[in-house]
Amino acid sequence: MDSDLKEVHPKIIQALLDADSDITVEDALENEMVLNMGPQHPATHGVLRLVLRLDGETIVACVPELGYLHRGYEKLAENISYYEFIPHTDRLDYISPMANNVAWVLAVEKLAGLEAPPRAQYIRMMVAELARITSHLVAIGSFAMDVGAMTVFLWTLREREKVMDIWDILCGARFTNSYTRIGGVANDVSSEALAAIKLFIDQFDDNLTECEKLINTNRIFVERVDGVGVISKDEAIDLGFSGPNLRASGVEYDIRRAQPYLKYDQVDFKIPIYTEGDCLARYFVRVDEMRESAKIVRQVLEKMPEGETILNKPKKVLPRKTEVYSKMEELIHDFMIVNFGINPPAGEIYHSIEGSKGELGFYLVSKGDGHPWKCKIRSPSFNNIQSLPKLVVGQIVSDVVAIVGSIDPIMGEADK
Amino acid sequence: MDIKELVPQKLKEQFNEIDFKVTEYLDELTIKLPKEHIVKVCEFLKKDSDLEFSLCLDITAIDWAKRKNRFTVVYHIYSFKNNFRLRLKADVDESDCAIDTVSSVWKGANWQERETYDMYGIKFNDHPDLRRMYMPEDFEYHPLRKDFPLMGIPGSIPLPKK
Repeated sequence: MDSDLKEVHPKIIQALLDADSDITVEDALENEMVLNMGPQHPATHGVLRLVLRLDGETIVACVPELGYLHRGYEKLAENISYYEFIPHTDRLDYISPMANNVAWVLAVEKLAGLEAPPRAQYIRMMVAELARITSHLVAIGSFAMDVGAMTVFLWTLREREKVMDIWDILCGARFTNSYTRIGGVANDVSSEALAAIKLFIDQFDDNLTECEKLINTNRIFVERVDGVGVISKDEAIDLGFSGPNLRASGVEYDIRRAQPYLKYDQVDFKIPIYTEGDCLARYFVRVDEMRESAKIVRQVLEKMPEGETILNKPKKVLPRKTEVYSKMEELIHDFMIVNFGINPPAGEIYHSIEGSKGELGFYLVSKGDGHPWKCKIRSPSFNNIQSLPKLVVGQIVSDVVAIVGSIDPIMGEADK
Repeated sequence: MDIKELVPQKLKEQFNEIDFKVTEYLDELTIKLPKEHIVKVCEFLKKDSDLEFSLCLDITAIDWAKRKNRFTVVYHIYSFKNNFRLRLKADVDESDCAIDTVSSVWKGANWQERETYDMYGIKFNDHPDLRRMYMPEDFEYHPLRKDFPLMGIPGSIPLPKK
């Protein structure tokens, strides 16, 4: 951290000065300063930059600056086909790429009027829930590390590593998966992958309890985050919170329940709600959600039907590579889809899923071409970061780290 | 009554003078209105006790390139009470490239409007903090406009001075 007014753009300074600063702190020191935090600060979870105005150690105003990871994915999406955008969704929320893949193909399928076969839908549900587990593991681990509990990070990442290995068996990639396809998934789950998932899920609850034991009774952790960064129910809604952060403020809103997609209406799970709205509540929501996700994966493993994993719709869905090499018709369809795209009918849709960070939605406008006319990514992290000024004002500098960790922003998603 | 009929009906009762265009596509309700009325309509949709659209999910714009009203500003709002998502649309022409801000209705609209301003150059009147969201403050262009080339404009973002 370093305070240098010259490097801060005058408009940012103006925004800092304009921000509400009528807080009353007992015996407030009259030495104001501007502190620049980030974009290369280990506790800001990526390239998030916060410009803070301080009175002593108390934060008077905060202006987040975004855009350090802006790659223009919305522009890119307008210029490439629906298929070509699948790998790019991996790079949005890079902690849970599978969930983004699922969100994108569901949006495109809604636009094109397709529906994946049941087995593919169950597989998507399974990978989306595993992605949620990995995301929350990283969130909790790094949150704990930010406030000084180092061991938890190593333990949660050990669990995440197991899921990475599952991804490797499942689709050949550990990190940027690009596993889903329009109309299904890239390949069926092998029995080896199923066994690995089963083993992971069976051990998961115990391993999570171990991680929890490290922090739930740790006074350093609990007292550092308890009652810090409180946001009320109404404010959370007003500021556009979604996902675990919103549920920590006592709003029972989960898209899996409110507007079920895939087969979420067929499985049994609870929506954890906490009403405190502070950092600790946001941590508890994530832990409980992981247990629920594990429960969903267990049910999926039981309920998953046999059958096709990709739709047989030659003009819309890419055929399998083995067929492309051996059959004339498939070769033609493959050529047409790759070169001209799937041309969904003209229209517009908004489809969102309950991503790991919150409501991840895609707004697509089609003019009947192979590429979208407009693609808007409604990213949860963007909206969650917006509430940072509200959360940190009145707290002290060291709380900023805890608050940023607790709302778990991913800059790849916030900056698009 | 079904919420999809209730919303247009309530709006027509409340705002007799406004010309609402109601369309439905793939189970999603869209209401188009003239841009002058956007704030009072949004306020009504949020405050009305039967509707309560309390969450502003997303604000963006569409650039139609060659149409007369070049831009359409699109709002997605959600009602917890009815578990219903509504899309509002308002056309904005390039000659008067501005629309009133709804950040007074939903605080969360603040950044989404900043992003729309950054990407499309649509000004939001009375916005409390209309700065660019992603691009540098002294950048001259608006990247998501259709006339902005995909490869960017060479030299438009100067390297920082040493």
